[in-house]
Amino acid sequence: MTLAIFITLAILSVLTALMMVFAKNPVHSVLYLILTFFLIAAQYIMLNAQFLAVVHLIVYAGAIMVLFLFVLMLLNLNQDSEPQKSVSWKFSGAIAAGMLFVTFIGALKGASLQGPESPDPQVGLVKNLGHALFTDFVVPFEIAGILFLSAMVGAVLVGKRDIKL
Amino acid sequence: MLDIVRSVPIEYYLMYSSILFCIGVFGVLIRRNAIIVLMCIELMLNAVNLLLAAFSTYLGDAQGQIMVFFIMVVAAAEAAVGLGILVMVYRNTKSTDISLLDKLRW
Repeated sequence: MTLAIFITLAILSVLTALMMVFAKNPVHSVLYLILTFFLIAAQYIMLNAQFLAVVHLIVYAGAIMVLFLFVLMLLNLNQDSEPQKSVSWKFSGAIAAGMLFVTFIGALKGASLQGPESPDPQVGLVKNLGHALFTDFVVPFEIAGILFLSAMVGAVLVGKRDIKL
Repeated sequence: MLDIVRSVPIEYYLMYSSILFCIGVFGVLIRRNAIIVLMCIELMLNAVNLLLAAFSTYLGDAQGQIMVFFIMVVAAAEAAVGLGILVMVYRNTKSTDISLLDKLRW
């Protein structure tokens, strides 16, 4: 039963990701990617990573994709005006991505992936992750705050029309 | 013990994440609209995130999920700055076609 749900979610998310790549209209692309993110959030819930599922929905579907949609609307790109790459270019792109996939599978085939017999199932809960985040990883957490501040300053600076120093 | 650890082998997650990552690479290679290229990069980040979370659950170790959390932080910052640059590019060239931006190409 769990395996069936996993495979269904995996196939659906691969299909929506492909639709995202192939959609002519950029707005449809964004909507398909949001669908993919929801399916990946369902995978997180299946893995009992509840904190990650919620953060994933809030950050990706709630913030990043809204930002993408906002920029699309702002630049008035919501029609299929994009010039297409040539068929030979697309074909070689498909071959390159397929070769990468074969390389991944070949590299990972011989790996021994023997985990512990009964891993702790509570590891992804908010309480445990919050504890780890604020004890062992408190310095990276604070540095992430500084990174956000610099990204915010950078985004504002890049977006200004003319900068007088 | 979680039901999913018993019934789904970790190799399935490896396969699934590799497929999603390769779709992202494929999209970066064939699309010319810079916004779609940025979205494909987000998809690649998500494929890696999913695999890290899967390994973390299968090992019963919280560090993988902490790593996913920090990758999300970096992805959010990257999207904000990337879209800012994109708006600036659109102001100067009146298009988001990345093949116009070849001044630095050898």
